[in-house]
Amino acid sequence: MEILEDTPGKQILLLGNEAITRGALEAGIDVATTYPGTPSSEIADTFSLIARSFTKQKKDPGYYFEYSTNEKVALEVAAAASITGLRALTCMKHVGLNVASDAFMTYCYVGCKGGHIIVSADDPTCHSSQNEQDNRYYAIFGSAPMLEPSTPEEAKEMTRIGFDISEEVKLPLLLRTTTRLNHIRGPIELKKLQKPRRKGQFKKDPMLVTVPAIARLQHPILLKKMEQAEKISEKSQFNKIINIGKPDGWGIVTSGVAYNYVRELVDDMRLDVKILKLGMTHPIPRKMCEDFIKSCKNIVVVEELEPILENQFKTIAYDLGSNVNIYGKSTCHFSRLYEFNIDIVADAFSKIFKVKNPISNPKESKIELPSRPPALCPGCPHRATYYAVKKAAPKTTIYPTDIGCYTLGKAPPYEVADLLLCMGSNAGTACGLAVATDEKIVSFMGDSTFFHAGIPPIIDAVHHNHDVVICVLDNRTTAMTGHQPHPGTDFDGMGRAAKRIFVEDVVKGCGVEHIEMVDPNNIKETTEAFKRALEFQGPSVVVSISPCILLENRDKRKRGEEIFVYEIDQEKCKKCKTCVERFACPAIYHGEDDMILIDGQQCNGCGNCATICPFEAISSKEAKK
Amino acid sequence: MKNKTNIVLTGVGGQGVITAANILGKAAVKAKLNVYVSEVHGMAQRGGSVNCSVRIGNVSGPLVANGTADAIISTEPIEALRYVQFSNKNTKIITDITPVIPFTVSSGGEEYPDINLVFKELSNYGKLYKIDAVKIARDAGALITKNIVMLGALSAIDVLPFKSEILLDTILENIPPKFKEINKKAFEDGLKAIKI
Repeated sequence: MEILEDTPGKQILLLGNEAITRGALEAGIDVATTYPGTPSSEIADTFSLIARSFTKQKKDPGYYFEYSTNEKVALEVAAAASITGLRALTCMKHVGLNVASDAFMTYCYVGCKGGHIIVSADDPTCHSSQNEQDNRYYAIFGSAPMLEPSTPEEAKEMTRIGFDISEEVKLPLLLRTTTRLNHIRGPIELKKLQKPRRKGQFKKDPMLVTVPAIARLQHPILLKKMEQAEKISEKSQFNKIINIGKPDGWGIVTSGVAYNYVRELVDDMRLDVKILKLGMTHPIPRKMCEDFIKSCKNIVVVEELEPILENQFKTIAYDLGSNVNIYGKSTCHFSRLYEFNIDIVADAFSKIFKVKNPISNPKESKIELPSRPPALCPGCPHRATYYAVKKAAPKTTIYPTDIGCYTLGKAPPYEVADLLLCMGSNAGTACGLAVATDEKIVSFMGDSTFFHAGIPPIIDAVHHNHDVVICVLDNRTTAMTGHQPHPGTDFDGMGRAAKRIFVEDVVKGCGVEHIEMVDPNNIKETTEAFKRALEFQGPSVVVSISPCILLENRDKRKRGEEIFVYEIDQEKCKKCKTCVERFACPAIYHGEDDMILIDGQQCNGCGNCATICPFEAISSKEAKK
Repeated sequence: MKNKTNIVLTGVGGQGVITAANILGKAAVKAKLNVYVSEVHGMAQRGGSVNCSVRIGNVSGPLVANGTADAIISTEPIEALRYVQFSNKNTKIITDITPVIPFTVSSGGEEYPDINLVFKELSNYGKLYKIDAVKIARDAGALITKNIVMLGALSAIDVLPFKSEILLDTILENIPPKFKEINKKAFEDGLKAIKI
């Protein structure tokens, strides 16, 4: 594996996320934990890939890695390891830190011993998320030092050096990334791999037990640590001033991915400015910022999402009594919405610096193009479950949903996604809807989501006897984020055998009295099961078990089995369009002369279209090539 | 040599667009050039529209700006048209000629435009090269090498700041040995298919 090469000085191309993993290996990582979530997943998946390859050879990768039950557990596992002196890394998507925030806030009081990096992968523009919250606020909220990389190379170096900073101030460090860092590839220079420490030592200490009396002592200690962190920030190699041309009082303050656009445009637009590039953005180097403000008449702050640096610069300018002009979000030159790109920054610069915008106006095709939204894959078992529930449930049924591939059930013709907040919210909101309305409620969550945050609301439904149907779509994996294992699989992230926990056992243990176990590919029985669950007064759970078709077909290919694709017999087809319009598999389409056809390239051979065809016109013939 | 090369690769999820972009990035590193490759993951993947930016040389921003692409390489005709905002009059556009019909057309009531109109419209945005990459890939031995055919075609239009041999070597280094011959043929036939 190229990422494991111990050849210092060599340049290789890595994804931003892979670069973070490499940085951790160069810092001698001992324990890495996560709950998968785009755009963070490849950091952990790389740890997993390496660990699995070692396990396969009956060797030890030198570190422990796990896909934890959820982000809070992931943080707690790694925090404890760090408290014993080991180096730890926990990665998650931005909203994952909301889940882990309870642990995070008090962990900052307790502090760490071995370096601990918490990677937050924020998602401006919500490419694959339910919101675009700016997690830099968490560094301020909890008082944790923070680094913000601009490039994969910087991500690797900040991870490597971040462990030292974390150890020096005895605080977890937030490595705040955004999609456009996580998912860009760039050259990185390899440094030497470090050997891990292997075993920690837990020293009993009353200061680790945050009862009120201790918490009151820990809070001022935390503030002292942050003063120390500010001194590190003043000297940090990641905070630097770059002079371009003859600046004449113009300065730009920027961080993260936004820096890349600034750097390129300053050249392209021939701007004479000094750039304060902040890599350690909490605590900001106050003295350095004061000097920068004093040397400028005008400052432009370029940062994605919230005006966090902008507001801090305004505060410092006020304290200094400076009348420097600060341009940014408050002057409406930049938006608090969505990720930036060269075009957005060029437009703002042309207005602020009063120079010509080098970027031309976008052209658009005059031909209207059909959209290509993401859809449930051909053969996805969720489609069969949705088809069955629509047959069983009254039209007015409300369908709270959750985070996973199955959210795509929002699209017609299924329209089985009516309310979504966060991981696990399906069942909690189902309870609320049952209290507030007289409608039938059927909620959906995946198997990984069930273990993550789905169990407490089921307990709520049982304890208060809410009349809800909660459906667990158990496709035996965490499909959406790239097929990671979870507590319901019989192997773990290091490729070792693991105890499988059964959804139905947990549900039974929670006291649910009406449980239906179905294979959604048996659409008739699944429909009947939903009917019984809907008739039952009180909470019922339907566990719909069928593996993700992509996994199943991958395993079939590995075993040398053929996948048989389906065809429509045009003689038998009566053009009722049940398959193409009500079942709506993307492999089925309207061909010429009003024929309904199946695209053999796309068909994954589930055969459910054959089941729902009222005229038995669909059958399998050829093996897929 | 230009100090910046901007390439946009587009297509449909599953056609190997991200893999092709990744290989281009590795080839640039092999040629000792700076490079950024930007890609889309997650929800946009399955059957969705995919676009990747590859920027080589003296670049910092990871995304190609509007009107600055040197080449747009598309594995599907309307996906080339979807991203013409990146084109200027000097942009070279290579597209495969085979449409992939989205489900919004097959079952949702949207329409796939007349393919000849698509090509005519595309030629308004740059120098258009059409290529039957599906046929070339099948003839080479596997449809899955279609993305490699497109990389071969890209090597023929004088956009890359390194030799086509470097790209081919990079391709061959990144695939299992038993598929080397097929991929080599796909690349070379893709290269030959473009007449300048």
